Amino acid sequence: MAEHILLRHRDLPGLDRLEVYRKHGGFEPLRQTVTTQTPAQVIDLVKASGLRGRGGAGFPAGVKWSFLTPNVFPRYVVANADESEPGTFKDREILEQNPFQFLEGVAICAYAAQANLAYVYCRGEFWDLAQVLEDKLGEMRAAGFLGKKLFGTDYALDIRVHLGAGAYICGEETALLESLEGKLGQPRLRPPFPAAEGLYGKPTVINNVETLTNLPPIVSRGAAWYRSIGTEKSPGPKVFCLSGHIVRPGNYELPLGTTFRELIYTHGGGIPGGRRLKAIMPAGASSSILAATDAVLDTPMDYESVAALGSALGSASLILMDETVDMAWVVRKTTEFFKHESCGKCTPCREGTYWMLHLSERLTGDGRRPADAALLESVARGMQGKCLCALGEFSTTPVTTALERFRQEFPASAEGSA
Amino acid sequence: MLADKYSTEIDAILAKYPTEHKRSAAMPLLYLAQKEYGHVTRAALQEVADLVGAEPTQVGSLVGFYTLYHDQAEGKLRVQICTDLPCALRGAETFAEQVCQNLGVRLGETTPDGMITVEAVMCLAGCDRAPMFQVQDTDGIHYHENQTVESAMAVIEDLRRKVTHG
Repeated sequence: MAEHILLRHRDLPGLDRLEVYRKHGGFEPLRQTVTTQTPAQVIDLVKASGLRGRGGAGFPAGVKWSFLTPNVFPRYVVANADESEPGTFKDREILEQNPFQFLEGVAICAYAAQANLAYVYCRGEFWDLAQVLEDKLGEMRAAGFLGKKLFGTDYALDIRVHLGAGAYICGEETALLESLEGKLGQPRLRPPFPAAEGLYGKPTVINNVETLTNLPPIVSRGAAWYRSIGTEKSPGPKVFCLSGHIVRPGNYELPLGTTFRELIYTHGGGIPGGRRLKAIMPAGASSSILAATDAVLDTPMDYESVAALGSALGSASLILMDETVDMAWVVRKTTEFFKHESCGKCTPCREGTYWMLHLSERLTGDGRRPADAALLESVARGMQGKCLCALGEFSTTPVTTALERFRQEFPASAEGSA
Repeated sequence: MLADKYSTEIDAILAKYPTEHKRSAAMPLLYLAQKEYGHVTRAALQEVADLVGAEPTQVGSLVGFYTLYHDQAEGKLRVQICTDLPCALRGAETFAEQVCQNLGVRLGETTPDGMITVEAVMCLAGCDRAPMFQVQDTDGIHYHENQTVESAMAVIEDLRRKVTHG
Protein backbone atom coordinates (compact mmCIF):
# COMPACT_ATOMS: atom_id res chain seq x y z
CA MET A 1 0.00 0.00 0.00
CA ALA A 2 1.43 3.35 -1.02
CA GLU A 3 0.19 5.16 2.05
CA HIS A 4 -0.06 3.69 5.53
CA ILE A 5 -3.29 4.52 7.31
CA LEU A 6 -2.82 2.48 10.50
CA LEU A 7 0.97 2.07 10.54
CA ARG A 8 1.23 5.75 9.63
CA HIS A 9 4.42 6.10 11.69
CA ARG A 10 6.20 4.24 8.90
CA ASP A 11 5.61 7.23 6.62
CA LEU A 12 5.92 9.91 9.31
CA PRO A 13 8.87 9.43 11.67
CA GLY A 14 8.34 10.65 15.22
CA LEU A 15 4.56 10.24 15.04
CA ASP A 16 4.61 8.93 18.62
CA ARG A 17 5.38 12.50 19.77
CA LEU A 18 2.37 14.71 20.39
CA GLU A 19 3.68 17.74 18.48
CA VAL A 20 4.43 15.61 15.41
CA TYR A 21 1.06 13.87 15.59
CA ARG A 22 -0.68 17.26 15.85
CA LYS A 23 1.36 18.70 13.00
CA HIS A 24 -0.06 15.96 10.79
CA GLY A 25 -3.66 16.72 11.69
CA GLY A 26 -3.79 14.78 14.94
CA PHE A 27 -6.79 15.38 17.25
CA GLU A 28 -8.56 17.38 14.56
CA PRO A 29 -10.93 14.41 13.98
CA LEU A 30 -11.70 14.29 17.72
CA ARG A 31 -12.31 18.04 17.87
CA GLN A 32 -14.55 17.87 14.83
CA THR A 33 -16.44 14.91 16.31
CA VAL A 34 -17.04 16.43 19.72
CA THR A 35 -17.88 19.94 18.51
CA THR A 36 -19.96 19.25 15.39
CA GLN A 37 -21.39 15.72 15.59
CA THR A 38 -23.99 14.03 17.74
CA PRO A 39 -23.09 10.58 19.11
CA ALA A 40 -25.72 9.07 16.80
CA GLN A 41 -24.08 10.73 13.79
CA VAL A 42 -20.72 9.20 14.71
CA ILE A 43 -22.29 5.74 14.99
CA ASP A 44 -23.96 6.23 11.60
CA LEU A 45 -20.64 7.26 10.07
CA VAL A 46 -18.88 4.17 11.42
CA LYS A 47 -21.73 1.96 10.24
CA ALA A 48 -21.54 3.55 6.80
CA SER A 49 -17.78 2.97 6.65
CA GLY A 50 -18.34 -0.76 7.06
CA LEU A 51 -15.48 -1.00 9.60
CA ARG A 52 -15.35 -4.52 11.01
CA GLY A 53 -13.74 -5.48 14.31
CA ARG A 54 -10.09 -6.33 13.82
CA GLY A 55 -9.68 -8.49 16.92
CA GLY A 56 -10.79 -11.64 15.15
CA ALA A 57 -14.55 -11.82 14.96
CA GLY A 58 -14.96 -9.21 12.20
CA PHE A 59 -18.22 -7.90 13.61
CA PRO A 60 -19.25 -4.46 12.25
CA ALA A 61 -18.09 -1.91 14.84
CA GLY A 62 -20.87 0.65 14.35
CA VAL A 63 -23.52 -2.05 14.71
CA LYS A 64 -21.89 -3.23 17.95
CA TRP A 65 -22.07 0.31 19.32
CA SER A 66 -25.71 0.69 18.36
CA PHE A 67 -26.61 -2.20 20.70
CA LEU A 68 -25.86 -0.08 23.80
CA THR A 69 -28.92 -0.08 26.05
CA PRO A 70 -30.51 3.38 25.67
CA ASN A 71 -30.62 5.81 28.58
CA VAL A 72 -28.53 3.73 30.99
CA PHE A 73 -25.49 5.50 32.40
CA PRO A 74 -22.63 5.55 33.18
CA ARG A 75 -21.29 3.74 30.16
CA TYR A 76 -17.78 2.55 29.54
CA VAL A 77 -15.46 2.00 26.62
CA VAL A 78 -12.72 -0.59 26.92
CA ALA A 79 -9.89 -0.95 24.43
CA ASN A 80 -8.71 -4.53 24.15
CA ALA A 81 -4.90 -4.37 24.14
CA ASP A 82 -4.52 -7.89 25.51
CA GLU A 83 -2.85 -9.04 22.29
CA SER A 84 -1.91 -12.67 23.03
CA GLU A 85 -2.87 -14.83 20.05
CA PRO A 86 0.25 -16.72 18.95
CA GLY A 87 1.46 -15.09 15.75
CA THR A 88 -0.13 -11.71 16.49
CA PHE A 89 1.92 -8.57 17.14
CA LYS A 90 0.10 -5.85 15.20
CA ASP A 91 -1.50 -3.99 18.10
CA ARG A 92 1.85 -3.81 19.80
CA GLU A 93 3.39 -1.92 16.85
CA ILE A 94 0.45 0.50 16.77
CA LEU A 95 0.66 1.10 20.55
CA GLU A 96 4.42 1.53 20.47
CA GLN A 97 4.73 3.73 17.44
CA ASN A 98 1.38 5.31 16.65
CA PRO A 99 -0.13 5.59 20.14
CA PHE A 100 -1.95 8.89 19.67
CA GLN A 101 -3.96 7.71 16.68
CA PHE A 102 -5.11 4.76 18.77
CA LEU A 103 -5.91 6.94 21.80
CA GLU A 104 -7.75 9.44 19.60
CA GLY A 105 -9.77 6.48 18.31
CA VAL A 106 -10.61 5.48 21.88
CA ALA A 107 -11.80 9.03 22.54
CA ILE A 108 -13.98 9.13 19.40
CA CYS A 109 -15.51 5.78 20.34
CA ALA A 110 -16.13 7.00 23.90
CA TYR A 111 -17.91 10.09 22.59
CA ALA A 112 -20.08 7.97 20.28
CA ALA A 113 -20.93 5.68 23.20
CA GLN A 114 -21.50 8.68 25.52
CA ALA A 115 -18.99 7.24 27.95
CA ASN A 116 -17.00 9.54 30.21
CA LEU A 117 -14.46 6.94 31.19
CA ALA A 118 -12.50 4.51 29.04
CA TYR A 119 -9.96 1.88 29.96
CA VAL A 120 -7.13 0.45 27.92
CA TYR A 121 -6.63 -3.16 29.04
CA CYS A 122 -2.99 -4.01 28.26
CA ARG A 123 -1.63 -7.51 28.66
CA GLY A 124 0.73 -7.64 31.66
CA GLU A 125 3.76 -8.37 29.52
CA PHE A 126 3.30 -4.93 27.89
CA TRP A 127 4.62 -3.45 31.14
CA ASP A 128 6.96 -0.92 29.55
CA LEU A 129 4.39 -0.06 26.90
CA ALA A 130 1.70 0.59 29.53
CA GLN A 131 4.00 3.11 31.19
CA VAL A 132 4.52 4.85 27.85
CA LEU A 133 0.75 4.99 27.33
CA GLU A 134 0.33 6.52 30.80
CA ASP A 135 2.79 9.24 29.79
CA LYS A 136 0.97 9.86 26.50
CA LEU A 137 -2.34 10.16 28.36
CA GLY A 138 -0.71 12.71 30.68
CA GLU A 139 0.30 14.75 27.62
CA MET A 140 -3.24 14.53 26.27
CA ARG A 141 -4.66 15.79 29.58
CA ALA A 142 -2.19 18.68 29.61
CA ALA A 143 -3.09 19.59 26.01
CA GLY A 144 -6.85 19.54 26.72
CA PHE A 145 -7.64 16.41 24.68
CA LEU A 146 -8.92 14.71 27.83
CA GLY A 147 -10.67 16.17 30.84
CA LYS A 148 -13.79 18.17 31.60
CA LYS A 149 -15.44 20.47 29.07
CA LEU A 150 -13.63 18.96 26.11
CA PHE A 151 -13.15 21.59 23.37
CA GLY A 152 -15.45 23.90 25.32
CA THR A 153 -18.42 21.49 25.23
CA ASP A 154 -20.09 19.79 28.17
CA TYR A 155 -18.48 16.47 27.28
CA ALA A 156 -15.93 15.05 29.76
CA LEU A 157 -13.61 12.12 29.15
CA ASP A 158 -10.73 10.36 30.81
CA ILE A 159 -8.82 7.30 29.59
CA ARG A 160 -6.93 5.03 32.00
CA VAL A 161 -4.59 2.09 31.56
CA HIS A 162 -5.19 -1.23 33.31
CA LEU A 163 -2.46 -3.85 33.24
CA GLY A 164 -3.32 -7.54 33.06
CA ALA A 165 -1.06 -10.20 34.51
CA GLY A 166 -0.62 -13.01 32.00
CA ALA A 167 -3.76 -14.78 30.79
CA TYR A 168 -4.63 -15.26 27.11
CA ILE A 169 -8.29 -15.73 27.99
CA CYS A 170 -8.53 -12.04 28.95
CA GLY A 171 -8.60 -11.24 25.24
CA GLU A 172 -12.12 -12.69 25.29
CA GLU A 173 -14.21 -9.61 25.98
CA THR A 174 -16.27 -10.78 28.93
CA ALA A 175 -13.22 -12.41 30.59
CA LEU A 176 -11.45 -9.09 30.08
CA LEU A 177 -14.26 -7.29 31.91
CA GLU A 178 -14.07 -9.75 34.80
CA SER A 179 -10.34 -9.17 35.00
CA LEU A 180 -10.81 -5.40 34.92
CA GLU A 181 -13.19 -5.81 37.86
CA GLY A 182 -10.40 -7.48 39.83
CA LYS A 183 -11.59 -11.05 39.37
CA LEU A 184 -10.39 -14.19 37.63
CA GLY A 185 -10.42 -13.74 33.87
CA GLN A 186 -13.21 -16.19 33.14
CA PRO A 187 -15.80 -15.56 30.42
CA ARG A 188 -19.37 -14.70 31.32
CA LEU A 189 -22.43 -16.47 30.06
CA ARG A 190 -24.03 -14.41 27.28
CA PRO A 191 -26.53 -12.85 26.92
CA PRO A 192 -26.46 -10.30 28.42
CA PHE A 193 -23.80 -8.94 26.08
CA PRO A 194 -21.47 -6.15 27.23
CA ALA A 195 -23.50 -3.54 25.33
CA ALA A 196 -26.27 -4.22 27.86
CA GLU A 197 -24.31 -5.29 30.94
CA GLY A 198 -20.58 -4.83 30.64
CA LEU A 199 -18.08 -3.29 33.00
CA TYR A 200 -19.58 -2.99 36.51
CA GLY A 201 -22.86 -4.15 34.98
CA LYS A 202 -23.16 -1.04 32.80
CA PRO A 203 -23.45 -0.71 29.00
CA THR A 204 -19.96 -1.11 27.58
CA VAL A 205 -18.27 -1.05 24.19
CA ILE A 206 -15.16 -3.18 23.79
CA ASN A 207 -13.04 -2.90 20.67
CA ASN A 208 -9.63 -4.07 19.59
CA VAL A 209 -6.70 -1.63 19.31
CA GLU A 210 -6.52 -1.85 15.51
CA THR A 211 -10.27 -1.31 15.16
CA LEU A 212 -10.13 1.89 17.19
CA THR A 213 -7.07 3.12 15.29
CA ASN A 214 -9.21 3.18 12.13
CA LEU A 215 -11.55 5.81 13.58
CA PRO A 216 -9.59 9.08 13.21
CA PRO A 217 -9.01 8.56 9.46
CA ILE A 218 -12.66 7.52 8.98
CA VAL A 219 -13.79 10.76 10.64
CA SER A 220 -11.39 12.96 8.70
CA ARG A 221 -11.78 11.34 5.29
CA GLY A 222 -15.26 9.88 5.35
CA ALA A 223 -17.03 6.58 4.84
CA ALA A 224 -16.87 6.65 1.04
CA TRP A 225 -13.09 7.04 1.07
CA TYR A 226 -12.80 4.18 3.58
CA ARG A 227 -14.97 1.94 1.43
CA SER A 228 -12.74 2.63 -1.56
CA ILE A 229 -10.12 0.46 0.19
CA GLY A 230 -10.56 -3.29 0.53
CA THR A 231 -13.57 -5.25 -0.65
CA GLU A 232 -17.27 -4.51 -0.57
CA LYS A 233 -17.98 -6.66 2.47
CA SER A 234 -14.58 -6.25 4.13
CA PRO A 235 -13.64 -2.61 3.61
CA GLY A 236 -10.54 -0.82 4.77
CA PRO A 237 -6.89 -1.54 5.46
CA LYS A 238 -5.72 -4.42 7.63
CA VAL A 239 -2.46 -5.10 9.39
CA PHE A 240 -1.36 -8.63 8.51
CA CYS A 241 1.24 -10.33 10.73
CA LEU A 242 3.69 -12.75 9.16
CA SER A 243 5.57 -15.19 11.37
CA GLY A 244 7.13 -18.65 11.27
CA HIS A 245 8.88 -19.73 8.08
CA ILE A 246 9.04 -16.47 6.14
CA VAL A 247 11.97 -14.44 4.85
CA ARG A 248 10.72 -11.11 6.18
CA PRO A 249 8.55 -11.62 9.27
CA GLY A 250 6.66 -8.58 10.48
CA ASN A 251 3.54 -6.47 10.02
CA TYR A 252 2.20 -5.51 6.62
CA GLU A 253 -0.61 -3.02 6.16
CA LEU A 254 -2.56 -3.92 3.02
CA PRO A 255 -6.15 -3.66 1.83
CA LEU A 256 -8.43 -6.47 2.93
CA GLY A 257 -8.76 -8.74 -0.08
CA THR A 258 -5.03 -8.91 -0.83
CA THR A 259 -4.17 -12.49 -1.83
CA PHE A 260 -2.16 -14.84 0.33
CA ARG A 261 0.35 -15.10 -2.51
CA GLU A 262 0.96 -11.36 -2.73
CA LEU A 263 1.39 -11.03 1.04
CA ILE A 264 3.67 -14.04 1.44
CA TYR A 265 5.79 -13.85 -1.69
CA THR A 266 5.77 -10.18 -2.74
CA HIS A 267 5.79 -8.53 0.67
CA GLY A 268 7.12 -11.27 2.94
CA GLY A 269 9.88 -12.35 0.55
CA GLY A 270 8.74 -15.99 0.37
CA ILE A 271 9.90 -19.04 2.26
CA PRO A 272 13.52 -19.25 3.53
CA GLY A 273 15.93 -21.49 1.65
CA GLY A 274 13.58 -21.71 -1.32
CA ARG A 275 11.66 -24.42 0.50
CA ARG A 276 8.07 -25.24 -0.32
CA LEU A 277 5.31 -23.63 1.74
CA LYS A 278 3.25 -26.43 3.22
CA ALA A 279 0.66 -24.98 5.56
CA ILE A 280 -0.81 -21.65 6.66
CA MET A 281 -2.53 -20.78 9.89
CA PRO A 282 -4.26 -17.50 8.90
CA ALA A 283 -5.57 -16.59 12.37
CA GLY A 284 -2.77 -17.56 14.73
CA ALA A 285 -3.05 -20.67 16.86
CA SER A 286 -6.84 -20.42 16.67
CA SER A 287 -6.84 -21.30 12.98
CA SER A 288 -8.21 -23.99 10.85
CA ILE A 289 -4.97 -25.04 9.18
CA LEU A 290 -4.87 -24.58 5.40
CA ALA A 291 -2.75 -26.64 3.03
CA ALA A 292 -0.87 -24.09 0.91
CA THR A 293 -2.29 -25.07 -2.47
CA ASP A 294 -2.36 -22.72 -5.46
CA ALA A 295 -6.09 -22.23 -4.94
CA VAL A 296 -5.48 -21.11 -1.36
CA LEU A 297 -2.58 -18.85 -2.32
CA ASP A 298 -4.72 -17.08 -4.92
CA THR A 299 -7.57 -16.47 -2.48
CA PRO A 300 -8.16 -12.87 -1.40
CA MET A 301 -7.79 -12.39 2.34
CA ASP A 302 -11.12 -10.97 3.36
CA TYR A 303 -13.48 -12.40 5.96
CA GLU A 304 -15.80 -14.14 3.48
CA SER A 305 -13.21 -15.61 1.13
CA VAL A 306 -11.08 -17.16 3.89
CA ALA A 307 -14.21 -18.55 5.55
CA ALA A 308 -15.16 -20.12 2.21
CA LEU A 309 -11.84 -22.03 2.30
CA GLY A 310 -12.90 -23.67 5.53
CA SER A 311 -10.84 -21.41 7.77
CA ALA A 312 -11.14 -17.87 9.15
CA LEU A 313 -9.22 -14.65 8.69
CA GLY A 314 -9.53 -13.82 12.40
CA SER A 315 -6.83 -11.39 13.45
CA ALA A 316 -4.93 -12.02 10.16
CA SER A 317 -1.90 -13.41 11.96
CA LEU A 318 -0.39 -15.78 9.46
CA ILE A 319 1.85 -18.51 10.84
CA LEU A 320 3.67 -20.07 7.89
CA MET A 321 5.09 -23.57 7.87
CA ASP A 322 7.40 -25.05 5.26
CA GLU A 323 7.72 -28.64 4.05
CA THR A 324 9.97 -29.67 6.97
CA VAL A 325 7.20 -29.23 9.55
CA ASP A 326 5.54 -32.25 11.13
CA MET A 327 1.84 -31.52 11.54
CA ALA A 328 1.51 -33.79 14.56
CA TRP A 329 4.10 -31.59 16.26
CA VAL A 330 2.07 -28.48 15.27
CA VAL A 331 -0.99 -30.01 16.88
CA ARG A 332 0.98 -30.69 20.05
CA LYS A 333 2.24 -27.08 20.15
CA THR A 334 -1.17 -25.50 19.69
CA THR A 335 -2.72 -27.93 22.16
CA GLU A 336 -0.03 -27.14 24.75
CA PHE A 337 -0.98 -23.50 24.34
CA PHE A 338 -4.72 -23.96 24.76
CA LYS A 339 -4.32 -26.44 27.64
CA HIS A 340 -2.17 -23.86 29.44
CA GLU A 341 -4.56 -21.00 28.69
CA SER A 342 -7.90 -22.71 29.35
CA CYS A 343 -9.45 -20.79 32.24
CA GLY A 344 -10.99 -23.93 33.76
CA LYS A 345 -14.52 -22.58 33.99
CA CYS A 346 -16.32 -24.92 31.58
CA THR A 347 -15.80 -28.66 31.61
CA PRO A 348 -15.51 -29.37 27.85
CA CYS A 349 -12.57 -26.97 27.50
CA ARG A 350 -10.84 -27.73 30.80
CA GLU A 351 -10.98 -31.51 30.37
CA GLY A 352 -10.89 -31.54 26.58
CA THR A 353 -7.68 -29.53 26.25
CA TYR A 354 -6.10 -31.78 28.90
CA TRP A 355 -6.92 -34.93 26.96
CA MET A 356 -6.03 -33.43 23.58
CA LEU A 357 -2.61 -32.55 24.96
CA HIS A 358 -2.16 -35.98 26.51
CA LEU A 359 -2.98 -37.65 23.18
CA SER A 360 -0.94 -35.31 21.02
CA GLU A 361 2.06 -35.83 23.29
CA ARG A 362 1.64 -39.55 22.91
CA LEU A 363 1.31 -39.19 19.12
CA THR A 364 4.60 -37.31 18.92
CA GLY A 365 6.41 -39.42 21.52
CA ASP A 366 7.21 -43.05 22.18
CA GLY A 367 4.05 -44.48 23.66
CA ARG A 368 1.88 -44.15 20.57
CA ARG A 369 -1.05 -46.49 20.37
CA PRO A 370 -2.84 -47.52 17.15
CA ALA A 371 -6.06 -45.64 17.75
CA ASP A 372 -4.57 -42.42 19.17
CA ALA A 373 -5.26 -40.21 16.13
CA ALA A 374 -8.86 -41.35 15.99
CA LEU A 375 -9.21 -40.85 19.72
CA LEU A 376 -7.73 -37.35 19.49
CA GLU A 377 -10.20 -36.51 16.76
CA SER A 378 -13.10 -37.84 18.79
CA VAL A 379 -12.11 -35.73 21.84
CA ALA A 380 -11.86 -32.60 19.65
CA ARG A 381 -15.20 -33.25 17.93
CA GLY A 382 -16.77 -33.93 21.30
CA MET A 383 -15.79 -30.44 22.47
CA GLN A 384 -17.11 -28.59 19.44
CA GLY A 385 -20.24 -26.55 20.03
CA LYS A 386 -20.11 -27.21 23.78
CA CYS A 387 -17.58 -24.71 25.14
CA LEU A 388 -18.51 -21.53 26.98
CA CYS A 389 -16.33 -19.31 24.81
CA ALA A 390 -14.29 -19.27 21.62
CA LEU A 391 -11.08 -20.42 23.31
CA GLY A 392 -12.38 -23.93 23.77
CA GLU A 393 -13.87 -24.02 20.28
CA PHE A 394 -10.70 -22.73 18.65
CA SER A 395 -8.52 -25.19 20.54
CA THR A 396 -10.13 -27.93 18.47
CA THR A 397 -9.78 -26.42 14.99
CA PRO A 398 -6.02 -26.92 14.47
CA VAL A 399 -6.51 -30.50 15.66
CA THR A 400 -9.43 -31.44 13.45
CA THR A 401 -8.14 -29.63 10.37
CA ALA A 402 -4.63 -31.11 10.70
CA LEU A 403 -6.15 -34.58 10.97
CA GLU A 404 -8.48 -33.89 8.05
CA ARG A 405 -6.08 -32.21 5.68
CA PHE A 406 -2.76 -33.88 6.63
CA ARG A 407 -4.00 -37.31 7.68
CA GLN A 408 -1.00 -39.07 6.17
CA GLU A 409 1.18 -37.42 8.82
CA PHE A 410 -0.58 -39.21 11.61
CA PRO A 411 0.60 -42.73 10.78
CA ALA A 412 -0.44 -45.75 12.76
CA SER A 413 -3.68 -43.96 13.32
CA ALA A 414 -7.03 -45.62 12.78
CA GLU A 415 -5.33 -48.15 10.51
CA GLY A 416 -3.91 -49.97 13.49
CA SER A 417 -0.25 -50.43 12.43
CA ALA A 418 1.57 -49.27 15.56
CA MET B 1 3.18 -2.32 55.46
CA LEU B 2 2.29 -1.33 51.92
CA ALA B 3 -0.24 1.19 53.19
CA ASP B 4 2.44 3.18 55.03
CA LYS B 5 5.31 2.90 52.63
CA TYR B 6 3.41 3.38 49.37
CA SER B 7 0.47 5.59 50.33
CA THR B 8 0.93 7.91 47.32
CA GLU B 9 1.14 5.01 44.86
CA ILE B 10 -1.84 3.28 46.45
CA ASP B 11 -3.96 6.44 46.27
CA ALA B 12 -3.07 6.84 42.60
CA ILE B 13 -4.00 3.22 41.88
CA LEU B 14 -7.32 3.45 43.71
CA ALA B 15 -8.15 6.74 41.95
CA LYS B 16 -8.15 4.95 38.59
CA TYR B 17 -11.39 3.13 39.41
CA PRO B 18 -14.84 4.27 40.58
CA THR B 19 -14.84 4.44 44.41
CA GLU B 20 -17.56 1.79 44.65
CA HIS B 21 -15.46 -0.63 42.56
CA LYS B 22 -12.20 -0.67 44.48
CA ARG B 23 -11.72 -4.36 43.83
CA SER B 24 -10.48 -3.43 40.34
CA ALA B 25 -7.35 -2.18 42.07
CA ALA B 26 -6.45 -5.67 43.31
CA MET B 27 -4.31 -6.50 40.27
CA PRO B 28 -2.15 -3.35 40.29
CA LEU B 29 -1.83 -3.65 44.08
CA LEU B 30 -0.58 -7.23 43.72
CA TYR B 31 2.19 -5.93 41.47
CA LEU B 32 3.03 -3.43 44.18
CA ALA B 33 3.14 -6.20 46.81
CA GLN B 34 5.39 -8.25 44.57
CA LYS B 35 7.73 -5.29 44.15
CA GLU B 36 7.95 -4.84 47.90
CA TYR B 37 8.23 -8.45 49.07
CA GLY B 38 9.77 -10.16 46.02
CA HIS B 39 6.73 -12.41 45.72
CA VAL B 40 3.15 -12.28 46.96
CA THR B 41 3.33 -13.42 50.57
CA ARG B 42 0.34 -14.59 52.61
CA ALA B 43 0.54 -11.41 54.66
CA ALA B 44 0.47 -9.38 51.43
CA LEU B 45 -2.78 -11.08 50.38
CA GLN B 46 -4.37 -9.76 53.54
CA GLU B 47 -2.95 -6.28 52.98
CA VAL B 48 -4.25 -6.10 49.41
CA ALA B 49 -7.60 -7.55 50.45
CA ASP B 50 -7.97 -4.88 53.14
CA LEU B 51 -7.10 -2.11 50.69
CA VAL B 52 -9.79 -3.15 48.18
CA GLY B 53 -12.42 -4.51 50.57
CA ALA B 54 -12.21 -8.12 49.38
CA GLU B 55 -11.46 -11.44 51.07
CA PRO B 56 -7.84 -12.70 51.10
CA THR B 57 -8.98 -15.88 49.33
CA GLN B 58 -10.41 -13.77 46.49
CA VAL B 59 -7.11 -11.97 46.11
CA GLY B 60 -5.22 -15.26 46.47
CA SER B 61 -7.16 -16.77 43.59
CA LEU B 62 -5.79 -14.03 41.33
CA VAL B 63 -2.23 -15.03 42.22
CA GLY B 64 -2.99 -18.61 41.19
CA PHE B 65 -4.79 -17.65 37.98
CA TYR B 66 -2.45 -15.07 36.43
CA THR B 67 1.03 -16.20 35.40
CA LEU B 68 2.86 -12.98 36.28
CA TYR B 69 2.11 -13.21 40.00
CA HIS B 70 4.24 -15.53 42.09
CA ASP B 71 3.59 -16.91 45.55
CA GLN B 72 7.03 -18.48 45.94
CA ALA B 73 10.43 -16.85 46.24
CA GLU B 74 12.40 -18.11 43.25
CA GLY B 75 15.11 -16.46 41.18
CA LYS B 76 15.41 -12.70 41.50
CA LEU B 77 15.32 -12.61 37.70
CA ARG B 78 12.79 -14.69 35.82
CA VAL B 79 13.98 -15.34 32.28
CA GLN B 80 10.81 -16.19 30.39
CA ILE B 81 11.49 -17.57 26.94
CA CYS B 82 8.66 -17.83 24.43
CA THR B 83 8.60 -21.35 22.94
CA ASP B 84 5.14 -21.07 21.42
CA LEU B 85 4.51 -22.23 17.84
CA PRO B 86 5.67 -19.16 15.84
CA CYS B 87 8.84 -18.78 17.92
CA ALA B 88 9.42 -22.56 17.90
CA LEU B 89 9.35 -22.48 14.08
CA ARG B 90 12.29 -20.08 14.33
CA GLY B 91 14.31 -22.24 16.69
CA ALA B 92 13.09 -21.10 20.10
CA GLU B 93 12.97 -24.60 21.62
CA THR B 94 16.64 -25.22 20.84
CA PHE B 95 17.44 -21.68 21.96
CA ALA B 96 15.73 -22.29 25.31
CA GLU B 97 17.59 -25.59 25.80
CA GLN B 98 20.93 -23.96 25.11
CA VAL B 99 20.29 -21.03 27.43
CA CYS B 100 19.40 -23.57 30.12
CA GLN B 101 22.58 -25.57 29.45
CA ASN B 102 24.68 -22.45 29.74
CA LEU B 103 23.07 -21.67 33.08
CA GLY B 104 23.26 -25.26 34.30
CA VAL B 105 19.52 -25.59 34.91
CA ARG B 106 16.48 -27.18 33.34
CA LEU B 107 13.35 -25.24 32.37
CA GLY B 108 11.49 -24.18 35.49
CA GLU B 109 14.59 -24.40 37.67
CA THR B 110 16.60 -21.72 39.47
CA THR B 111 20.37 -21.30 39.41
CA PRO B 112 22.13 -22.39 42.66
CA ASP B 113 22.90 -18.77 43.55
CA GLY B 114 19.15 -18.10 43.62
CA MET B 115 19.44 -15.42 40.96
CA ILE B 116 17.88 -16.77 37.79
CA THR B 117 14.79 -18.87 37.11
CA VAL B 118 14.33 -19.95 33.49
CA GLU B 119 10.82 -20.59 32.27
CA ALA B 120 9.21 -21.46 28.93
CA VAL B 121 6.20 -19.21 28.40
CA MET B 122 3.38 -18.74 25.93
CA CYS B 123 3.22 -16.13 23.14
CA LEU B 124 4.61 -12.68 24.06
CA ALA B 125 3.59 -10.89 20.83
CA GLY B 126 7.18 -10.82 19.61
CA CYS B 127 6.89 -13.62 17.00
CA ASP B 128 8.56 -11.61 14.23
CA ARG B 129 11.65 -11.12 16.38
CA ALA B 130 12.18 -14.70 17.59
CA PRO B 131 14.00 -16.05 19.45
CA MET B 132 12.97 -13.68 22.19
CA PHE B 133 12.42 -13.60 25.93
CA GLN B 134 11.33 -11.28 28.66
CA VAL B 135 12.90 -10.77 32.05
CA GLN B 136 10.57 -10.26 34.98
CA ASP B 137 11.95 -8.86 38.19
CA THR B 138 10.33 -6.97 41.03
CA ASP B 139 10.52 -3.70 39.07
CA GLY B 140 8.75 -4.90 35.98
CA ILE B 141 9.07 -6.78 32.72
CA HIS B 142 11.42 -6.04 29.86
CA TYR B 143 11.67 -7.60 26.39
CA HIS B 144 14.80 -8.87 24.64
CA GLU B 145 14.24 -9.73 20.99
CA ASN B 146 16.13 -11.05 17.95
CA GLN B 147 18.38 -13.00 20.29
CA THR B 148 21.12 -15.55 19.84
CA VAL B 149 22.29 -17.80 22.69
CA GLU B 150 25.40 -15.58 22.98
CA SER B 151 23.48 -12.30 23.12
CA ALA B 152 20.98 -13.79 25.58
CA MET B 153 23.77 -14.95 27.89
CA ALA B 154 25.33 -11.49 27.72
CA VAL B 155 21.99 -9.90 28.69
CA ILE B 156 21.46 -12.39 31.52
CA GLU B 157 25.00 -12.06 32.93
CA ASP B 158 24.76 -8.28 32.76
CA LEU B 159 21.49 -8.33 34.70
CA ARG B 160 22.92 -10.84 37.18
CA ARG B 161 25.83 -8.49 37.88
CA LYS B 162 23.50 -5.53 38.35
CA VAL B 163 21.34 -7.44 40.84
CA THR B 164 24.34 -8.85 42.70
CA HIS B 165 26.07 -5.50 43.06
CA GLY B 166 22.92 -3.44 43.49
